[in-house]
Amino acid sequence: MAHAIKAGEQPWYYLPQPSRWPVVGSLALFLLGFGAGLWFNGFAPGPWLVLAGFLVLLYMLFGWFGQVIGESEGGLYSKRVDISFRWAMSWFIFSEVMFFAAFFGALFYARVIAVPDLGGIENRLLWPDFKAAWPTAGPDFKGTFETIPAWGIPALNTLLLLTSGATVTWAHWGLKENRRGQLVVGLILTILLGAIFLFFQGYEYTHAYSELNLKLSTGIYGSTFFMLTGFHGLHVTLGAIMLTVILVRSIKGHFTPDRHFAFEAVSWYWHFVDVVWLLLFVLVYWI
Amino acid sequence: MSAVLDQHGHEHAHDHHPSGLMRWVTTTNHKDIGTMYLWFSFAMFIVGGVMALVIRAELFQPGLQVVNPEFFNAMTTYHGLIMVFGAIMPAFVGFANWQIPMMIGAPDMAFPRMNNWSFWLLPPAATLLIASFFMPGGGAGVGWTMYAPLTVQQGPAMDLMIFAVHILGMSSIMGSINIITTLLNMRAPGMTLMKMPLFCWTWLITAYLLIAVMPVLAGAVTMTLTDRHFGTTFFNAAGGGDPVLYQHIFWFFGHPEVYIIAIPAFGVISQVIPAFSRKPLFGYTSMVYATASIAILSFIVWAHHMYTVGMPTVGQLYFMYATMLIAIPTGVKVFNWLATMWKGSITFETPMLFALGFLFLFTMGGFSGLVLSLTAVDVQLHDTYYVVAHFHYVMVAGALFAAFAGVYYWFPKWTGKMYDEKLGKLHFWLSLIFFNVTFFVQHFLGLAGMPRRIPDYALQFTEFNMISSIGAFGFGLSQVFFFYVIVKAIRSGEKAPEHPWEGADTLEWTHLPTPAPYHSFETPPVVK
Amino acid sequence: MLAGAGAAALYAGAAGAALEWNFQTPATRTAAEVNDLHLLMMAIIFVIFVGVFGVMFYSIYAHRKSVGHKAEQFHENTTVEVIWTVIPFLILIAMAWPATRALLNIRDTAHPDITIKATGYQWKWGYDYLQGDGQGISFYSSLSTPRAQIEGAEPKGPNYLLEVDNPVVVPVGKKVRVLTTANDVIHAWYVPSLAVKQDAIPGFVRETAFRAEKEGTFRGQCAELCGKDHGFMPIVVEVVSEEKYAAWVAEQKKKMAAAADDPNKQWSLPELVARGEKVFAANCVACHQANGKGVPGAFPALAGSAFVNGPHDALLKLLLEGRKGTAMASFKQLTDTELAAVADYIRNSWGNANPEPVLPAQVKAAR
Ligand code: HEA
Ligand code: HEA
Ligand code: HEC
Ligand code: CUA
Ligand SMILES: [Cu+2]
Repeated sequence: MAHAIKAGEQPWYYLPQPSRWPVVGSLALFLLGFGAGLWFNGFAPGPWLVLAGFLVLLYMLFGWFGQVIGESEGGLYSKRVDISFRWAMSWFIFSEVMFFAAFFGALFYARVIAVPDLGGIENRLLWPDFKAAWPTAGPDFKGTFETIPAWGIPALNTLLLLTSGATVTWAHWGLKENRRGQLVVGLILTILLGAIFLFFQGYEYTHAYSELNLKLSTGIYGSTFFMLTGFHGLHVTLGAIMLTVILVRSIKGHFTPDRHFAFEAVSWYWHFVDVVWLLLFVLVYWI
Repeated sequence: MSAVLDQHGHEHAHDHHPSGLMRWVTTTNHKDIGTMYLWFSFAMFIVGGVMALVIRAELFQPGLQVVNPEFFNAMTTYHGLIMVFGAIMPAFVGFANWQIPMMIGAPDMAFPRMNNWSFWLLPPAATLLIASFFMPGGGAGVGWTMYAPLTVQQGPAMDLMIFAVHILGMSSIMGSINIITTLLNMRAPGMTLMKMPLFCWTWLITAYLLIAVMPVLAGAVTMTLTDRHFGTTFFNAAGGGDPVLYQHIFWFFGHPEVYIIAIPAFGVISQVIPAFSRKPLFGYTSMVYATASIAILSFIVWAHHMYTVGMPTVGQLYFMYATMLIAIPTGVKVFNWLATMWKGSITFETPMLFALGFLFLFTMGGFSGLVLSLTAVDVQLHDTYYVVAHFHYVMVAGALFAAFAGVYYWFPKWTGKMYDEKLGKLHFWLSLIFFNVTFFVQHFLGLAGMPRRIPDYALQFTEFNMISSIGAFGFGLSQVFFFYVIVKAIRSGEKAPEHPWEGADTLEWTHLPTPAPYHSFETPPVVK
Repeated sequence: MLAGAGAAALYAGAAGAALEWNFQTPATRTAAEVNDLHLLMMAIIFVIFVGVFGVMFYSIYAHRKSVGHKAEQFHENTTVEVIWTVIPFLILIAMAWPATRALLNIRDTAHPDITIKATGYQWKWGYDYLQGDGQGISFYSSLSTPRAQIEGAEPKGPNYLLEVDNPVVVPVGKKVRVLTTANDVIHAWYVPSLAVKQDAIPGFVRETAFRAEKEGTFRGQCAELCGKDHGFMPIVVEVVSEEKYAAWVAEQKKKMAAAADDPNKQWSLPELVARGEKVFAANCVACHQANGKGVPGAFPALAGSAFVNGPHDALLKLLLEGRKGTAMASFKQLTDTELAAVADYIRNSWGNANPEPVLPAQVKAAR
C-alpha cells in the first residue's frame, strides 16, 4: 500500500517504525513504583527493584533519545514535525507548571486559611495556646526552628539562575549566528551556574537540618519549604543533565543555525525552572 | 506535500513489522493503539463491574453476608478508581486514537511512539493497583477520592495505589499532548479548526483539561505519600496543615475530571445524532463555545463537593452560583441536539438508540446535579446514595452509553463487519431498563438518608436496595450480552457495506474505504 | 426524581407501603425549608423535563424516516439559541433566591442555648456539653446493636444499626449548637430530620446548629468514610421536654460523680484488670478484637505481643501519643485510671501475664 519515499524528498510527516522503547519505559516505571512501594514499607526487595527500575529507565532513555537524535540528524524531521515538537514541549511545560501549582496552592492555603483557622476562636478548644503566625510548624510542634532569610544564599541563587538564563540565551545567539565557540562556552557557563546553584542549595539544606532545626518534618513550614524547593532543585538537576546532553551534541557538531529544536526545548525548560525559582524566592523565602 | 516517510527511507519498510504479540507491544499505529485501548477498557470495565456486583451483593439485604467491612470499603474504592481511570477514560482515548487521525485527514497521531507509551503505561498501572490488593493488610479502603488522613493510616496498599495514580497521570498527560499536537498540527489542507468534526473539538478541550489537572492530582497524592512516610504535615492539623487542603486539591482535579469523562461523550453523541437524523449538527459554533465554557467553568466550581466541610458561607454561596451556571452551556448542548433531530429524517439503529438513551438519562443526571448544587439541599444529600445515583446517571447512562453508541457506530469502519442489529437493539433495551432499575431507586435511598460507602444499612432501606441489586445483576448480564454481540460480529458478522450509515459525512466515511486500511491518509485529502 | 415517578410506581407495588420516597419528616424549621426548596426544584425540573422531552419524543415520533419524513437542512438560528441561553439563566436566578435564603438559615449558629461538642472517633462519638444547662456532661456513644444481629444470628431489631448506648439528649425548642471535631480521621455528624450534616475534621472545630420543634428520637449516621466501621457509628438525638431534660441532666451528673475514680484510691491488680476490661470493650475492641488477636495485616495482635509485655513506659507512651501514620490514635482523652486499667488488662489477658501492675500514678507521670 504505502509507498515509502526516500529521505531527502520533502516528506509530509515522518512516522516511526514500531519501537520497543515505550514498553521498556513502562517496565521501568513499574519496577520503580512497585519497588518504592515495597521499600517505603520496609520490605527487603524494595530498594533492589528501585535500582533495577532506575537502570532500565536509563537504558530506555539512552536508547529512545539516541534513536530520536539519530532520526533528527538523519534529516527525517520535516518542518511539520518540528512544529509538533514545539507544541508538545510547550504543553509539557504547562503540565509541569500545574504540578508546581498544586504545591504553591498548598502553601497559599496553609498561610491564608489553615493556620489562621487553627489560631481562631473555635480552635481554642483544641489548641488553647496556639498563636497563628507564619512561619509556623503547627500547634503541636515542640521546640523551635529558624527559617532561611531571603537576602543571603537565596538571593545569590536568584542571581545565579538569572545569569544562567542569560548565558543560555547567549549560547542560543551563538548557535543562530553559527558561532559554535560561543554556543559551547555559553552552555558550559549555564551548566556551571546551575551546578553552583545546586551546590548552594545543598549547603543550605545541610545548614537547615543541622543548625536551624528546619526539616521536612518541621510542620507545615518544613513541608512546604522542602517540597517546593526540593522539587525545584530536582528540576534544576534534570535541566542541567539535559543541558549537558545538548552540550555534548553541540561539541559533536549537531544542530544547524536554523534547525535546533532540541536546544530550544531545553532552554525553554531552563527558563521555566528559572521562573519557578523567582516565584519561590518571593513566596517561600521573602514574604 | 507528498506521502509519509518511512524510517531511513527503506523501500520495503513494511517487511520488518514484528508479528504476533510483539506487533501489539511495539506498534506505532494509531489504529492498533486505539484497539488496545478499547479492549483494555473493556477488561477493566469487567473487573470494576464485578466489584460493583460484590458491592450490590452485600447490599442486597441488611446484615453482613458476603464480605467484611474492610473488604467492602476496598471494593468501593477500587470500583470507583478502576471504572474512572481504567474503563471510561481509556475507552474515549481509544476512540480518539482511532478517529482523530481519520477525521482530520492525518496519517497518524503526531507522536506515534509516545502514543504507544501512553497505552503501555496502563497495564503496569493496573497491575500496581491490583497488586496493592494483595499487600499485607489488604486493599486500601479509602474511597476513590482518597481523602486524607484516612489514607495516612492505611497499609502498604496505599503506596502502590499512589504510584498507580502517578503512572496513570503520566499516561494521560502524554496522551493529551499527543492529541493536542495532532489536532493543531496534522489537519489536512483546508480542514480549518471550525470545520473539524465536533468529536475532535471535544477531545481538544478534554486534552487541555487533562493537562491542567492530572499534574495537580499527582501533587495531591505525592503530598499524601510524604505525609505517610517522610514526616510532612500537609494534611495534619498538629503540624499546621489541614485535611481539607487535600480535598481542595483533589477536587480542583476531580471536578474537571468528571467533565473529562463527559465531554468526549458529548463528542460521540454529536457525531451520532446528526448521522441518524440525516441533518447537519445544529449550532456547530455554539456547540464549540458551549463545550469550552463547560471546561472553563469546571475549574471554578470544585468546592461543591465540599459543602459540608465547614467553609465560610460566602464561599458556599459562590460555589453554588458558579455550579448552577454550568447548567446553561450544558443546556445549550442538549437543545442543540434536539434541534438537530427536529425535522430530520430519523432512523433508530443501535447507535442512535444509545444516543437517545444518553440524551434522556444524562439530562436526568444533570438535573439531579443541579439539585445537589444547591448548598442547603446538598447538606442533606451529600455522601448519601442520592449522589451515587446522580453520578451513575451521568457516568453510566452518560459516558458509558455514549461509548456504546460510538462502538456500534464505528464498528463497521473499524472491522469491515456489521454487528447484528437485532442483538444490538436488545442490548440497548436491556441496558436501559436494568440501568434504571439499578440506579433510579438510589435517589430515594439518598433522600431518605442512606449514607454511601456503608456495607450494611438500617431496615427501612431494604426494599430499594434489593431492587437496586437485582437491577445491577441484570445490567451486568446485559454487558455480558454486549460482549457476545461484539465477538459474534467480529467473528462472523456480515460484511459491512461501504456506507453503512446514510447520514454520516465525516472524512472517515467519505474518504476512506470500509474497513479503514491500516495506513490511512498517507497523502492528505483536500478538504473544501 | 418526580419525572420518573411513572417508572417508580411500578416498584411501589412490589415493595409495599412503608417506603421512604423523600426526605425524612422534618423536625426543624430549617429542615422544613430544605424540604420545600427541594419540592420547588422538583416542580421546576418537572416542567423543564416535560418541555424538553416533549420536544424530543415528538420529534422521534413525527420526524421518523419510516413515516417518510424528509430531512430539512437548516443548522443555525441565532434567535432560538439566544432564547435557550437566556431562559435557563432566568430559571437559575429564580432558583438561586430561595436557595440562598435556606442556606443562610442553615448556617445561622448564633446565640445558642446549648453547645455540645461532638468528637468523632474510630468508631464512636464522644459528646461534651460545653455550655447551657447540662454543662460538664460528657460521655461516649457507640452502636448498641448486638454483633449477632449484624451477622444474622439473631433477628434484627426495629432500630437495627441506628441505636446507641448513650443518646444525645436535648430540650425541645432550644437552639443547640454542635461543634464537631475528630480524633483520628474525618467523620461527619449527620441527622437527616434535623437537616444537619457537618464534617468532623481532626484538629479543627466546625460548627452547625439546630432547633428541634418537636419531641422525639432522631437518628442519623456518620456520613464520611472513616475506615472499617464507618457504617457502624450512628447518632441518636433524643429531643425531650424541658422537665425531662432537667431530670436527665441531674441524673447524668450523679452518674458521672459516681463513676469518677477516686484519685487517692489504692488499686489492686485484679481491680485494675476488671476495670480495664470495660475500657477495652469500649475503646479498643473494634480493632484489636475481643480475643486480643487483632486482624492480621491491619491490626496487630496484643496477645503475646512483645511490646505489650515489654516495659511500661513505651506502652504508656503509645497509649498517650498513638503511633503516627497508623490507625493507632492517641487515647489521652481517657483518665489516668482508665489508661492504667486498660494497660493492665492487656498485659494480663489472653495468656499475657505481668504481675507487676501499671498504676494510675505512672500514667499521670507519663503525661
Ligand atoms: C460525567 C460526570 C459528571 C457530570 C457531567 C456531572 C454534572 C454535574 N454535577 Fe456531578 N458528580 C459527578 C459526576 C458528574 N457530574 C461525580 C462522579 C460526583 C461524585 C464524586 C464523589 O463524591 O465520589 C458528582 C457529584 C456532584 C456534586 C457533589 C455532591 C456531593 O457529594 O454532595 C454536585 C454538587 O453540586 C454535582 C453537581 C453537578 C452539576 C450541577 C452538574 C451539571 O454539569 C449538570 C448540567 C446539566 C443539566 C442541568 C441538564 C441539561 C440542561 C438543560 C436541559 C437546561 C435547562 C435546565 C435548567 C435551567 C435547570 N455533582
Ligand atoms: C464511570 C464509572 C462507573 C461505572 C461504569 C460504574 C458502574 C456501576 N456502579 Fe459505580 N461507582 C463509580 C463509578 C462507576 N460505576 C464511582 C466513581 C463510585 C464512587 C466510589 C467511591 O465511593 O469511592 C461508584 C460507586 C458505586 C456504588 C456505591 C458504593 C458505596 O458507596 O459503597 C455502587 C452501589 O451500588 C455502584 C454500583 C455500580 C454498578 C452496579 C455499576 C454497573 O454499571 C456495572 C456493570 C458492569 C458489570 C457488572 C460487569 C460486566 C459483567 C460481567 C463481568 C459478568 C458477570 C455478571 C453477572 C454474573 C451478572 N457504584
Ligand atoms: C482504630 C483502630 C484502633 C483502636 C481503636 C486501637 N488500636 Fe491499638 N493499634 C492499632 C493499629 C493499626 C496498631 C499498629 C500500629 C503500627 O502499625 O505500628 C496498634 C497498635 C497497638 C499496640 C502496639 C502493639 C505492638 O505489638 O506493637 C498496642 C499495645 C495497642 N495498639 C493498644 C491499644 C489499646 C489499649 C487500645 C484502646 C485503648 C487501642 N490499641 C485501640 C489500631 C487501633
Ligand atoms: Cu465515622 Cu464514618
Ligand atoms: Cu463536581
